[in-house]
Amino acid sequence: MLAEFLQFLFSGVTVGATYALAALGFTLIYNASNVINFAQGEFIMLGGMLAVFFTQGGMPLPLALPLAILVPALVGVVVEKLAIEPVKGAESVTLIIITIGASLVIRGLIQVWLGKGTFSLPAFSGDVPLRILGATLMPQSLWVLGVTAIVVVALWYFFNRTLHGKAMLATSFNRVAAELVGINTNWVLFLSFAMSAALGALGGILVTPITLTSYDVGIMLGLKGFVAAVVGGLGNGLGAVVGGLLVGILEAMGAGYISSSYKDAIPFVLILLILFFMPRGLFGGKSTDRV
Amino acid sequence: MSMALLEVKDLSIHFGGVKAVQNVSFTIDAGIVYAVIGPNGAGKTTLFNLITGIYTPTTGTILLDGESIAGKSPDELARRGVARTFQNLQICMNMSAIENVMVGAHLRLDRNLIKAALRWPALRQRDRELHAEAAELMQFVGLKNYVNARADSMPYGALKRLEIARALAMKPRLIFLDEPAAGLNPKETIEVDELVRKVADSGVTVVLVEHDMKMVMNLSDRILVLDYGKKLTEGSGVEVRNNPDVIAAYLGAHA
Amino acid sequence: MKNNQFLGLYIIMAVLLILPFVLPNSFYVDLAIRMAINAVIVLGLNLLIGFAGQISLGHAGFLGIGAYATAALPTHFGWHPLLAMAAGAAAAGLLAATVARPIFKLKGHYLAMATLGLGIIINIVVRTEARWTGGPDGMSVPPMSLAGFEISGDKHWYWIVAILLSVSVWASLSLIDSPFGRALRALHGSEVASKVVGVDVVRYKVAIFVLSAVFASIMGSVTAHYVGFVTPNLADFFHSIELVTMVVIGGMASVYGSVVGAVLLTALPQALTSFEGWETVAFGTILMLCMIFLPKGLVPTLAAKFDKGE
Repeated sequence: MLAEFLQFLFSGVTVGATYALAALGFTLIYNASNVINFAQGEFIMLGGMLAVFFTQGGMPLPLALPLAILVPALVGVVVEKLAIEPVKGAESVTLIIITIGASLVIRGLIQVWLGKGTFSLPAFSGDVPLRILGATLMPQSLWVLGVTAIVVVALWYFFNRTLHGKAMLATSFNRVAAELVGINTNWVLFLSFAMSAALGALGGILVTPITLTSYDVGIMLGLKGFVAAVVGGLGNGLGAVVGGLLVGILEAMGAGYISSSYKDAIPFVLILLILFFMPRGLFGGKSTDRV
Repeated sequence: MSMALLEVKDLSIHFGGVKAVQNVSFTIDAGIVYAVIGPNGAGKTTLFNLITGIYTPTTGTILLDGESIAGKSPDELARRGVARTFQNLQICMNMSAIENVMVGAHLRLDRNLIKAALRWPALRQRDRELHAEAAELMQFVGLKNYVNARADSMPYGALKRLEIARALAMKPRLIFLDEPAAGLNPKETIEVDELVRKVADSGVTVVLVEHDMKMVMNLSDRILVLDYGKKLTEGSGVEVRNNPDVIAAYLGAHA
Repeated sequence: MKNNQFLGLYIIMAVLLILPFVLPNSFYVDLAIRMAINAVIVLGLNLLIGFAGQISLGHAGFLGIGAYATAALPTHFGWHPLLAMAAGAAAAGLLAATVARPIFKLKGHYLAMATLGLGIIINIVVRTEARWTGGPDGMSVPPMSLAGFEISGDKHWYWIVAILLSVSVWASLSLIDSPFGRALRALHGSEVASKVVGVDVVRYKVAIFVLSAVFASIMGSVTAHYVGFVTPNLADFFHSIELVTMVVIGGMASVYGSVVGAVLLTALPQALTSFEGWETVAFGTILMLCMIFLPKGLVPTLAAKFDKGE
């Protein structure tokens, strides 16, 4: 009983950490520009796929991994420059459609270049499972959780203790005011896309040894990360992390205890419920419009 | 003896810590022109938003012809004959000028979806009549030259009058004009002044927020002065103009 | 302007009449039928996206409801296909109404999220409930029959779809230029303004969402009968995006744009048949370029240039 519960919990938290990183990515971009970046999932996919490509091409792991984070970050910047900047201030429908377009382009190109196969990475510290209270925990899961935790703390530090981070926060609260005090909000936008892509890619790399990767994992991962961001409260960093873990755990529990064939549907049922009953999410605030 | 059309008692709204409107009470009789004035930030537009259903009051009552309307939605208010224009213009730029006016008559028409899709003859006939009516309204407000124009091709001053035409298309009994002369040059301001006079003469009760004092004094039967969300005083143009508190509020001598 | 509004419809009808006699073989007739089906779906979707200014990222889900209703109900329960189609439409409408009401009270992009979630859930359900739906491999669809007369093959379906398309265009044009249509467009132009003139904004949004869902469901049923087979791909996320792309490229808030968008983007995959990846890239690129350079879509942009040129 306990073993089973722990098993589900472990797998839920592991995949939840990936969702958390994706959700943080959504949050970053939403805060900087009010854009919901549907291409976020593709950054996750890029991380995993590029890591595979680089290592299979003979690159040593310590070089391949950072590169597999850097390249998606660059892609993120390109997306921002080519797709978002030209239409600054457009309706949200327009922006959503553009980012969907970007995600299609990225996915399509990877499909053409690397094919439709499924790939894996070797686990970072071997794949001898640990036994805890009757449940198995893969060492890779510890990597996922550990690195995610470090990243979350680093982000907290960045936003609350460094000037650049505070500038980004200021932009998210009031863009005009930020510009008026001399913050280069274009740079903030640029940086938010780069960081968000890097976060996604990191998540993708960490989880590939466990869940494998292929050209189309981005869709589901991205959408679920997005659900996590909404569950936590769109725009709230803590909410993104909590939301990610929550979605992961609920998904695993639901798959384990209720029905494994409907595993993928669980996050989406969750988002409908949240939108019906608690649209601001767990940590979202209230807002009023001025006429 | 005039009937009180609108009665506001102890109306307040708080936005978090900001008390935008505090305990404001006043009465508006049918058929008059009533102005609301005060320095910037005094809560005039907020007051309008409260009465026209865009905000819900924190406390207080609003009675329209004896019926409580506090917290009702704007479309419910429209159904009770209340129309308004906006300080910052809310024009549908995706439609033509005359369509903007025709939308004002929304509640007076058969909005049935099925009949519309089937081009029901009675519906089409009514639409043609409405088109003519809207063209007349545009003439009334001085937009004869824009009858065939698209809204997004019209200058600011024309759009302000278009909003008034749209409000009139509702055949309202009470119309709220939020700074109709804002952003207009002196010539345009005189034209708007005349237009508001025409509207009032046609029997509609007019409530006006305006900064242009000449216009306010010219047009208004009664004036409400707000300052920092509170009612400072209420009275005729002469009374208000000579009130020392009002003068102090505008010139900044505050205790 | 008012008079030649229907000119486009007459041209479309003329084309539809001549086409079967001009097209070289049944491959092209099939393509024409698919184009027309998509055009009707896109007309409904455009009412929602272009005219009312809302968004649906899960519309293929409604297609799926109609398609699977008309496949499963006759197959497993012996229902008459027409009744099954009606049931599908009713189910789609009811679902749309239920989801829409709470969602439309919130801001714009929340509807995108909700419709996205809904579409994916529908897709997962049809993929999973193999007993009723045939699962990932799909199921075959019994032919439609009307008063004992069986309708099958492209000869029958071409004319049915041609009539449906003509009626839909006619109805859409009429709708736009009516009090209901104006209220819808006003809603898009300025929600606040439409509220103060008495438009019950939530009710209208729900109404148009339900209408577009019902359109989609019916055409899903038509597709199912025409093809004779239905698979979960009909109701997947990419298909929803394809439909949105058709709206966007043809022209949001343009009736004829819907037809143009549907025609162009139904033909596109044919030109890219062997390269699925390139098809994805093409759709993505079109979406981006369109939204950046032609935000109004092809037909309205061309129409505006035409007006200026006069």
